[in-house]
Amino acid sequence: MISLSASSTEPQTPASAPVPETPKKVVLRQKPLPGEPPTVRVQNVSITYRTTFEKVPTFKSAIVRLGRGERAIREVHAVRDISFEVPRGTAMGIIGANGAGKSTLMRALAGVLPPTKGRIEVRGKISSLLALGVGFNGQLSGRENVILGGLAAGLPRSEVEKRADQIAEFAEIGDFMDLPMRTYSSGMFQRLAFSVSVHMDPDILLIDEALSAGDASFKVKSAAKMQELMESARAMFLVSHSLAAIQQMCTDCIWIHKGRLMMHDTPEKCIAAYTKFLEVGEEAFTFDDL
Amino acid sequence: MAQQNAPDWDAELQVYEPHRAGLPALRPYFRDLWGRLPFAAEFSRSGIKAAHSQTVFGQIWLVLNPTLLAAVYFFLINVLGGGGGMERFAHIAGGIFVFYYFSGAVASGATSVTGGGRLILNMAFPRLLMPLAAVRTAFFRFLPTIPVYLLLLILAQPPWSFTMLLGFVFLIMLTLFSMGMAALFAAVQVYFRDTSSFLPYFLRIWLYVSPVLWYPEQAREKFPDLANLMELNPLYSLIGGWSDLTLRGVVPPTSMWVAGAAWAVVSLVLGSLFFMSRERDFAVRI
Repeated sequence: MISLSASSTEPQTPASAPVPETPKKVVLRQKPLPGEPPTVRVQNVSITYRTTFEKVPTFKSAIVRLGRGERAIREVHAVRDISFEVPRGTAMGIIGANGAGKSTLMRALAGVLPPTKGRIEVRGKISSLLALGVGFNGQLSGRENVILGGLAAGLPRSEVEKRADQIAEFAEIGDFMDLPMRTYSSGMFQRLAFSVSVHMDPDILLIDEALSAGDASFKVKSAAKMQELMESARAMFLVSHSLAAIQQMCTDCIWIHKGRLMMHDTPEKCIAAYTKFLEVGEEAFTFDDL
Repeated sequence: MAQQNAPDWDAELQVYEPHRAGLPALRPYFRDLWGRLPFAAEFSRSGIKAAHSQTVFGQIWLVLNPTLLAAVYFFLINVLGGGGGMERFAHIAGGIFVFYYFSGAVASGATSVTGGGRLILNMAFPRLLMPLAAVRTAFFRFLPTIPVYLLLLILAQPPWSFTMLLGFVFLIMLTLFSMGMAALFAAVQVYFRDTSSFLPYFLRIWLYVSPVLWYPEQAREKFPDLANLMELNPLYSLIGGWSDLTLRGVVPPTSMWVAGAAWAVVSLVLGSLFFMSRERDFAVRI
């Protein structure tokens, strides 16, 4: 499983960096093999949403627009010209303010959104269940939603049914697994979503804002689970506003702002720069306000 | 995760690149589609279950609704002076049952993509599964009407024969035709959300110009000027062939078989291809 023959190309954390209480990187991560191309390669990727002006496109507005000779399309540049490579064994943190394009980038990696420009190469099976990937039908039980999600991800039925129990157990939702999801608390909902995405045996794990799921004890448990997964997974992407979690879990980090790649460095450096940027930004905002 | 001495780095490579409104690579697409058919089946099954989770008479209405509708049309035709006995009623009911199968498939197919929001946004899978699941749902809603139709046939006392069973060929062709139409309307609905509102009226007119309330051979006397046009209606052959065979055991003319098969193939191929050429655009438009 784990090759120790090759030297890692991933940036190493400087020893002087501030380390949170929890010991970091006690797990054996996978290392890239000699000559192995990166697990994920993102080359000059831009993603532009083309949305219509009106919220809900209708015939009437289309006709009215036609009469005025207008075009319905407004372009939203969610991701602009981003490039990075992720070798085997990397836990990549993605940070940035709301609307920076983090989730769009994740969806592109999962193959849901095609890039407008550039090229994305992914080697391995992606756990494409992003946060809140389950629960698309509140009338159905958690178990049914999990089975639906697993089947949509391409797993065989027997496999999914077997895992449903593990998923329920990990998510600590007990009997609620067989109750309609509309009866779930938001914590249960998120715990289940997290549990699903880590139980699909992914080569590449995408986790979007899931560390906020659940209470303190579940957070510890989910962090431990992710560490464990890093032994078998080739790469992990973690989008989170919890900078401590990024610092604790990740070996590499990118910071995106308004769709642009601001920085690609160690988590410590990215977080420091991002935090500084936020402080400056906030001050400037307060200043303007006065 | 096997790592051999000479690893094939591109074995699991997936590349996502920009696309113009073109088709995805067909072979992997259909392999993927085939592999995930259990998902479409489960999606449809759980959808039916969810729809009936809070009603008492849910399942019974599936039979009651088209039967009552058939009774209303039968009454209407009698008022308008058409006349006719049990055979007439069985014909109308049988026609309405299959027409409702078709219209149900198209109507729920139309909203299958726009209604699949979170699933479409968070999961990558061949989107064609969504309208296919809608057709499956419509088929399982149609199934309980078959015993009712059989009962009406027994009351109508048709000349029983084994040729009646050939009617199922037309049912299969109608299913393929519905799949294509469901995919087509699902894609159109993404771009024009009004489609599903127009659809019921469009389908209602389609019901009247199809041989449900009249027999196929009556097309020429009912619509003397438009007879040729009427026979071009896909449902003329598909539903006409179904009721000719199942109700009267009459083998329809060759033209009906050919037209039915042609419409089924054309609709399925063109509907699916149009859907597939647009489907990578869906995630940004929902």
